Amino acid sequence: MARKVRVLVAKPGLDGHDRGAKVVANALKDAGMEIIYTGLHQTPEMIAESAVQEDVDVVGLSILSGAHMTMFPRVMELMKEKGAEHIVIFGGGIIPAEDVEKLEKIGVARIFGPGTDTGDIVKFIRERFPEE
Amino acid sequence: MRERPSIESLLELFADGKVSAAARLITILEDGGKDAERVLDSIFQRTGNAYRIGFTGPPGAGKSSLLNRVTAKFRAKDHRVGIIAIDPTSPFTGGAFLGDRIRMQAHSEDPDVFVRSLASRGSLGGISNCTDEVVDLMDAFGKDLVLIETVGVGQSELEISEKAHTVVVVLVPESGDGIQAMKAGLMEIGDIFVMNKADHEDAEGAAREIQDTLRLKDIPEGEWEPKVVLTSAREETGIDDLIDVIEEHRRHLDEGGRFANMRKKILRSRVRNALMDRMERRLRASDKVRELLEQRMESVYRGEMSPYMVVRELEELVSIQ
Repeated sequence: MARKVRVLVAKPGLDGHDRGAKVVANALKDAGMEIIYTGLHQTPEMIAESAVQEDVDVVGLSILSGAHMTMFPRVMELMKEKGAEHIVIFGGGIIPAEDVEKLEKIGVARIFGPGTDTGDIVKFIRERFPEE
Repeated sequence: MRERPSIESLLELFADGKVSAAARLITILEDGGKDAERVLDSIFQRTGNAYRIGFTGPPGAGKSSLLNRVTAKFRAKDHRVGIIAIDPTSPFTGGAFLGDRIRMQAHSEDPDVFVRSLASRGSLGGISNCTDEVVDLMDAFGKDLVLIETVGVGQSELEISEKAHTVVVVLVPESGDGIQAMKAGLMEIGDIFVMNKADHEDAEGAAREIQDTLRLKDIPEGEWEPKVVLTSAREETGIDDLIDVIEEHRRHLDEGGRFANMRKKILRSRVRNALMDRMERRLRASDKVRELLEQRMESVYRGEMSPYMVVRELEELVSIQ
């Protein structure tokens, strides 16, 4: 059987705006991927452990609270600790351009801002994990 | 980006208790094929210790929330818990939205709880085709209880009854009246029926109707009589009762060799299913079969041969003594 791309979609931190995360999760599902959705109020520890247990290829994090400079680095660090640094991490939400640069420097693969076409996110994942 | 460590090194890490290795081995099992068989071959000797409890029922009955509560109780009793949560794969796109874990995140940092979401991937029985293998892996990983949550089922997705030692059917007051409860299928496979959402005003009446219907069943002396339990995953009530009944069922199976027989039956059906699967795949892959089939189909189209005449001829071609 062909390998399926597995993607964890989660919302770290305290903001309760999960519309964006759901739109992205739905688009990826419709593109034939398996989405593990863990929803709101996730700690970096929950996210990293879930990503490991679920053996996902990709983690998508949506943050609109402004806590991105705390959340992303912590998740990256925990992934490394758990031996899961192979997992591709991308993000979305309200993230200023200068922070995007910093995040990409520490290994976040891509930040998708407001107004992103979901097709671009599908393409971003497919480029890394072509359908077999 | 897809390279993964060799199976040997994953198996070594797995033996050392590394969660990431166990998780990657599950992916290999899900993908099937020769690699999956190699993994299973090498872990199988370490299996046989886990007790399997299936949770099934209609979508939205509260299976995941209930599992979350049940897991907390089992952890308090020092069980090491594996959870397999299955959600449906889209037959249209092949994608899946696996959302059971959302209710169980309270356990995500507990090293003695391992949750894995599986997509049903084309299986129509309410579970995934690799459920047995994933249970084995969790078993070999040291989980002594494996809880399996099926997709939200209708009346006839009953495969869980061939996989679990105890089957819990989770219903809600809206699931239907006593007439629904008399129908074949789902209502026949439960060892325990949970009326969840007991905080709902109709819950007690609904539980009574289920109980009344179950009494109509002719159960041989000494055999298990299905029990009905009222729970509320939200209000956290009835969960202890449910645990008690599950343990009672387990003790019942332990008596008189019932459990040993059940285990044999489960293994036997696994071998049979795997064999059928393999045979079907070999038939599909055989050029000889395909050629003959294509030739003969012309005769069938013209009405000169009946479908069974072709089948008999093909049967001879693949003859099994």
